[in-house]
Amino acid sequence: MDLYKLTAHELHDKLVSKEISSVELTENVYSRIDEVEDKVQAYVTLDKENAMAQAAKVDAKIAAGEAIAPLAGIPGAIKDNICTKGLLTTCSSKMLSNVVPIYDAHVIKKLRADDAIFTGKTNMDEFAMGSTTESSYFHKTYNPWNLERVPGGSSGGSAAAIAAGEAIWSLGSDTGGSIRQPASFNGCVGIKPTYGRVSRYGCVAFASSLDQIGPITRDVTDAALVLNTICGKDEHDSTSLPVDVPDFTKALRADVKGLRIGLPKEYYGEGVDPKVKAEIEKAVKTYESLGAEIVDVSLPHTEYAVITYYIIAPAEASANLARYDGVRYGFRAANATSAPEMTRLSRTEGFGPEVRRRIMLGTYVLSSGYYDAYYKKAMQVRTLIRRDFNEAFEKCDMLLTPTSPVVAYPVDGKMDPLSIYMLDVTTIPVNMAGLPGISIPCGFADGMPVGMQLIGKVLDEETVLRAAYTFEQATDFHKAMAPLGGNK
Amino acid sequence: MKVTVKDVEHIAGLSRLTIPESEMEKFTEQFNQILNYADILEKIDTEGIEPTPYVLPISNAFREDVPQPGVTHEEALENAPAVYNDGFKVPRVIE
Repeated sequence: MDLYKLTAHELHDKLVSKEISSVELTENVYSRIDEVEDKVQAYVTLDKENAMAQAAKVDAKIAAGEAIAPLAGIPGAIKDNICTKGLLTTCSSKMLSNVVPIYDAHVIKKLRADDAIFTGKTNMDEFAMGSTTESSYFHKTYNPWNLERVPGGSSGGSAAAIAAGEAIWSLGSDTGGSIRQPASFNGCVGIKPTYGRVSRYGCVAFASSLDQIGPITRDVTDAALVLNTICGKDEHDSTSLPVDVPDFTKALRADVKGLRIGLPKEYYGEGVDPKVKAEIEKAVKTYESLGAEIVDVSLPHTEYAVITYYIIAPAEASANLARYDGVRYGFRAANATSAPEMTRLSRTEGFGPEVRRRIMLGTYVLSSGYYDAYYKKAMQVRTLIRRDFNEAFEKCDMLLTPTSPVVAYPVDGKMDPLSIYMLDVTTIPVNMAGLPGISIPCGFADGMPVGMQLIGKVLDEETVLRAAYTFEQATDFHKAMAPLGGNK
Repeated sequence: MKVTVKDVEHIAGLSRLTIPESEMEKFTEQFNQILNYADILEKIDTEGIEPTPYVLPISNAFREDVPQPGVTHEEALENAPAVYNDGFKVPRVIE
């Protein structure tokens, strides 16, 4: 039986009823990995030995009649910027290519406490800076729907692993769309929680005011289950919100009657591929037929969001990545004759071109003489972007947009950096305002999955989960399997 | 041109990076492309608008001041590129 195709909640039921064992399931996922990984290349590191040992422990618990958590015994993949004690965590960078963390990220601790199983660490754009997973130091990852195309990014490995059946659930991180866009490109569900919902402790810092960890899964129920495990206050993260975590599965009701769904007109403009737009419009019709009320709204500062992000995120990154000095951990260049030279050579050889570009852009906008013109100005525009959302939410309960203006594009597309940056216009504003956003599959264009994004109010994951679940119950898009077609 | 090759060299220095000579021209061009695009921000009147560094309403996060186990000496050195006795080993610091 192809257990690797099932969802976590289906597999949990089979584990509890003893129809299958966790060892059997975990073996099945690894044989799928053996079968397709050379095509997809979703992983940087696999950890079968520990995964199998963990699976045997869960089976013993079940045999002893103990109750198990919803993710217990179910194999999931972890983005390689989330620290796993004793298991290589590289951020897909030469800089961290040899680093074995001495502690677990908060989310990993919580997942371990629930007996979840980790298949391995997934490939990503170096330091999560990118939208294609092409900037990984190790190798590219290929889209299971068409191996000639990118899986998106930066959590491209985590999304491709789900689409290819190489894990049942996965974790990604999202600074400007890095969970939602790859989820959309791979026909998966991906949610970026409200900023502060999930502790960032142990997630390698990129842009600290924007970074947030979240799940990528096959359906909305699994996303809610992973959220239940990873959300919550953590003393190790000063931006972790001291709020209660609801049982997100309680929000999963197929009912959108009277729900006011806002369509921000700026997200449906010229840059959106007409074929993508057509699928989104069909989804809107579906919601209408299910009793939701569709409202036109406007987020007038949307056109400024991308450049604002490309000032703020690099500024924060230039500070966060200053720690990589070749002294305490990570890559050190050989043959330096002085400590300052060692730091400079280690950083130059250890970081790839995109990371270097963003560090320098950040350094520039923070440097004296330019701070007010760029960084302060961007933070002020960020306030205006937040206000736009607040005003829109006076007229509606949530927003519906394309997750990305395009479907997954060809590998080695040779686009210049700015053109690629512009494609993040639909996901970036959500991080700027700290809002929860989910991407769910809603159709196909040119044989590639199209994702729609639902954006909620601060801490209102429940409304977007309910709306996502309602759509999923009414459609079959989430059930389609990636064909692994195309020649790489 | 917002920044010249010379400016890029200066920023690289501040960032503790070196841009190889062969990449310098293209890098400077891409850098300028992004900065030129930032000009659209000039269209927005931000007079009197409070900046948003963080979206959260919390300003300080306190916890009980109770000692907790930290990283051990051995653990701290585990990933070090070079170790001498009990410390990180680096090349000469002062010329």
